[in-house]
Amino acid sequence: MMIRNFFRHNYAKIHEINKKYATPDIEMSGGVKFALLSLRFYLIFLVVLLLYKFITLVK
Amino acid sequence: MNFFTRLYYQYRRIIKAISLFFIISGPGLIVMIADNDAGGITTYAATGAKYGYNLIWVILVLVPVCYYVQEMTVRLGAVTKRGHAEAIFAGFGSFWGWFSLTDLMIVNWLTMVTEFIGMTAALNIFGVPPYLTVIGMCAVMIIMVLGGSYWTWEKITLLFCAMNLIYIPGAFMVHPSVAEVVHKGVVPNLPGGLNNELFFFLMANIGTTIAPWMLFFQQSSVVDKSLKEKDIPWGKVDTYAGSFLTGLVAIFIIIVTGTILKGINIDDAAQASVMLMKTNKYIGTFMAIGLFDAGFLGAICISLASSWAFGEVFGWAHSLNYKIKEAPWFYGFYFFLLISSGIVVLIPNAPLVLITLFVQVVAVTLLPAALVFLILLLNNKKTMGEYTNTKSQNIINVAIVVVIILISTVYGVSTLFPNVLK
Repeated sequence: MMIRNFFRHNYAKIHEINKKYATPDIEMSGGVKFALLSLRFYLIFLVVLLLYKFITLVK
Repeated sequence: MNFFTRLYYQYRRIIKAISLFFIISGPGLIVMIADNDAGGITTYAATGAKYGYNLIWVILVLVPVCYYVQEMTVRLGAVTKRGHAEAIFAGFGSFWGWFSLTDLMIVNWLTMVTEFIGMTAALNIFGVPPYLTVIGMCAVMIIMVLGGSYWTWEKITLLFCAMNLIYIPGAFMVHPSVAEVVHKGVVPNLPGGLNNELFFFLMANIGTTIAPWMLFFQQSSVVDKSLKEKDIPWGKVDTYAGSFLTGLVAIFIIIVTGTILKGINIDDAAQASVMLMKTNKYIGTFMAIGLFDAGFLGAICISLASSWAFGEVFGWAHSLNYKIKEAPWFYGFYFFLLISSGIVVLIPNAPLVLITLFVQVVAVTLLPAALVFLILLLNNKKTMGEYTNTKSQNIINVAIVVVIILISTVYGVSTLFPNVLK
């Protein structure tokens, strides 16, 4: 019961946080959009590398 | 006004400025000295042992780099009154917010394990069993926050920071040739030419300079200390003093191992301490005490950085000025991080080497994002007003961030694929 309450409370909290920060404060200029897009590509590149390493390790 | 009145007036003015500095200083000094954590000490000890004094110039270059990056967190914290985690949520929305927070939690927890590895290895040299080190240090770190006062915590931590300077007398005891240190160390040079091994050492030194937790820690610390816009100049002096000291300590470690252990491959600082003890008992002891202190400072700052970040985002009471009863989640999270990461070191056959390597890889996923967010937030005129980055600050900071991202990425990838650089 306690664990269920804990997860229910935190699920509601996360939902509340998502709602609170739904709209970014920063003005999405071209430079900001480019920086964020580059970050996404960079992170995808790293995730692919990590997956490759994991697969080669398992093999 | 006669001469003596003017002299007295100047004296009072200087005393007042020094007192004010000691009131406001703290976050910059602590974060920078804690940057020389267990991993950092190992890197510098290994660098000195491998290349002697030849790479001291790298540290000299890194001192302003540290300052420029961390100084931005002072302005951002003092102006927005938000920690870095909350600033990312507010600035870029919940996707990037959750990404940063989750990544920070993982990388901080793993780094804390490495700090405990450093502390247990250092005290093991003096015959203290690892379980006693973990229990004892967790207890000390918990007691330090029980007072419910940021000021008390900060001053105790500054005492531990002072202990980090132990390498300085250690370096004088090995009687290095000052002329040789200046001749070989100050002029930029690449001993033996730029080969893979040297490149790895350069990356390791640069990689330890800026860690993701440092950005989160200093900004939250500035907010918890309630620094205001008018305090920013002092915050900058604090940060510069910190970056100077962190560089100084690194240089003195290189001098110690570069004088006594030159040409020897070193795997960790504890091994260096044992080897130094064979030459001079006191120097080896100083090295071990310094390693322990570095791990301790790292653990306390990193666990606080995480607790502050979660507190900011989840809306918990998250200040060291609160008693445990007033901020149970904040302190609970802090205790959980300390105890859980300490326990890992005690697990028989735990993959500690793998964890140490994995830290570098995970840090690479967070550091670029945190640095890019920092620069973008510092360019947000709406919130930063007159404290927005100037053109020259942007040129310097963007150049630093691009270089750090490139180097830390190559460092992380080479950790993942060791044959890449061979």
